[in-house]
Amino acid sequence: MASLDDLKKRIASVKSTQKITKAMKMVAAAKLRRAQESAEKGRPYSEKMNNVILNLSNGISDKENAPKLLSGTGQEKTHLCVVMTSDRGLCGGFNSNIIKKAKGYFAKILDEGKELKIITVGSKGNDQLKRVYGDKIIENISFKESKNANYFDADKVGKMVIEKFEAGEFDVCTIFYNQFKNVITQIPQAQQIIPLNNEDEESGSEENYEFEPDEDEILSNLLPKNISTQIFKAMLENSASEQGSRMSAMDNATRNAGEMVDKLTIEYNRSRQAAITKELIEIISGAESL
Amino acid sequence: MSEEFKVEIVNPEKSFLAKDDVSEVVVPAFEGEMGILKDHISIISFLKPGIIKILSKSGDESYYVEDGIVEFKNNNLSILTSTIFNLADMDKSKQQDLLKQAEEEANKTDINDQSKYLADQKVGVLKTLN
Repeated sequence: MASLDDLKKRIASVKSTQKITKAMKMVAAAKLRRAQESAEKGRPYSEKMNNVILNLSNGISDKENAPKLLSGTGQEKTHLCVVMTSDRGLCGGFNSNIIKKAKGYFAKILDEGKELKIITVGSKGNDQLKRVYGDKIIENISFKESKNANYFDADKVGKMVIEKFEAGEFDVCTIFYNQFKNVITQIPQAQQIIPLNNEDEESGSEENYEFEPDEDEILSNLLPKNISTQIFKAMLENSASEQGSRMSAMDNATRNAGEMVDKLTIEYNRSRQAAITKELIEIISGAESL
Repeated sequence: MSEEFKVEIVNPEKSFLAKDDVSEVVVPAFEGEMGILKDHISIISFLKPGIIKILSKSGDESYYVEDGIVEFKNNNLSILTSTIFNLADMDKSKQQDLLKQAEEEANKTDINDQSKYLADQKVGVLKTLN
């Protein structure tokens, strides 16, 4: 059995770990509120954008000459995957969930004999992916310096994606991120952004719009913006998810540390009492033998 | 009363402005300035750098935008933009910053005609503000 001193030290160390995890939980909770708020505030923009594009693509007259961002290049040979993760660890299964989802998708693409290119956003995803898919990663972006997700960063990623698309480097682009449902649940998502996937459209509005200038021109102006918007949305969802995930992970860690302290304290008391009893027995038996 | 409609300006971070007592909005549409009154036909257009003027009962307001999309439908005007500043809050130094940025952009040689045109527009609009 460990000596009393050892036990004491362990209790102290677990207690200080608990303090750290507790503090991290508080910080995550505060950040979560902010991240959640901005995720909610960001929704109208992406929704409106989506609406406008829906209306536009419904109204487009010449489907064959539609911008490539909408209709695709006509083939599906090269896939670009943008994997969005966090820059910091200690957030439970947050990063591994995205990576798991992405890896499943990668395996599928490679099985079909297609080409794969990866852009990682956030250093944690890069760390985990470079071991297996190191040669496929063409770009690694990290926004460690920015405190909150902002549109400027998203626009940078979006512009890069579009540049590569226009250079003919890929045909299909998919982004991976965690959708924030609540503090406990975050759902890893794979969303195809090029060509735009309009399968779940509810084309209820048969509104006749006047366009100025014509549809095609608006569309070709709008679609690149939509890419950035979608990426920004993913970033917002991601940052909310990250904080939520961290919060619940740290909550668990705090609870586990508490349990451990209890267990160790009991053990400590028990061995202390055992030592006292032993001493007493020795004294008594010594006195008896006189 | 009946001559009023709703306007909402959203940027990626949040809903920037929402008003429902607006009588007229002038937006710098791509093919020229466009005044929108109540019962305008449904329209989608995009913006070039310029000034959005909002005339309403509770006072007139002006905003500087660099890009965006306007959608008008059922007397709801939505303006989506990524860069917007309220002119009332914009001081001289901010203006100078923007102007400098725009000028730098306009002087780049490796940009295409459209971005050059937009950058020139920015410079033009910002200069008139001073």
